[in-house]
Amino acid sequence: MWQAIRNELHPKGLEIVTVALDIDPAAAKVWIEQTKPNHPSLIDSAHLVDELFGVINVPNSVWIDEDGMIVRPVEAAWPERDSPPDWQKLAGSTDIPVELRETMQLAAGIKTQPKEYMTALRDWVANGKKSKYALSPTEVIARSGPREKAEAEAAAYFELGQYLWENGRKDLAPRHWREAHRRQPDNWTYKRQAWSLADPFQGQSELYDSCWVKDVKKIGAENYYPPMDLTPSSGK
Amino acid sequence: MILKSLDVDRKEFEARTGWVFKPEGACKGAVCVPLPAGAASSAKVDARMLSERLGMPLIHDADAKIWSLGPEAMGHALTSAQAPDFELPDWQGKQFRLSSLRGQKVLIVTWSSW
Repeated sequence: MWQAIRNELHPKGLEIVTVALDIDPAAAKVWIEQTKPNHPSLIDSAHLVDELFGVINVPNSVWIDEDGMIVRPVEAAWPERDSPPDWQKLAGSTDIPVELRETMQLAAGIKTQPKEYMTALRDWVANGKKSKYALSPTEVIARSGPREKAEAEAAAYFELGQYLWENGRKDLAPRHWREAHRRQPDNWTYKRQAWSLADPFQGQSELYDSCWVKDVKKIGAENYYPPMDLTPSSGK
Repeated sequence: MILKSLDVDRKEFEARTGWVFKPEGACKGAVCVPLPAGAASSAKVDARMLSERLGMPLIHDADAKIWSLGPEAMGHALTSAQAPDFELPDWQGKQFRLSSLRGQKVLIVTWSSW
């Protein structure tokens, strides 16, 4: 889906960089090979962009202008989709294992804003700094998400677990990931990455305190992606 | 940032975190934090000092004998609106640097296989 947007907007000056947050690069490559992207398609096994930009979920985006200044910090990035899956229908299907039906049910309640997102993106590509969706540096920092002691520690714990996982000490990784989850519960990449290694359906395992279904129920599926803040910078 | 010793290579630290050592201290965007005398000009800096001054958590794994130095806890995920530079491999294994796209608008978007 990003390929089509790239084809439309690259001639107008936009490059798209996709970043796969996958501790197992092979898992991401299977998908990338099918689409053969002509834009940079990166693999970030350490979830470095979480630490650098404040990414907390997928898909999340960051907009950067020609001078290397961020003009929109991390937010949910759902573009138009050709054929969104009918989660509600899938959830009722008897072909689906019972444990997955609840996941489908919740997925059906997740809110995305494809129209608003694409309107904003096209406006910025056309109008640059003059676009009302391009934020001032002060506003970018203010809207970039919290990074108090807890969130900073979560990043450190996640990276520690990731390093151990990749360097022959998989046994030591989960205890650090648990710490990351406790400190930053709204970081879904830290949680889903770890859960997916314990259970392909990200269900409850002995290793972790929670699972996708439980945590989404806790916040409500409609809050899974915080809505885009479409208000312009103050004073603009 | 993973550390095998508490003596941190200054250049590696700067490249990874975006903090730059200047005579006035460690700086990122408009923020400058004073450092102890001499720290700004030495090739190695003490991780405990960085942790304390910049509010970076320092986590130790005693079994693996490594440390993890987290990002600064200064209230927001971004301390500066200038995009932090990074290098990551693309899907064919080639290293890609974000700043190589300077001069174009860039949309970074995350996804995953899980």
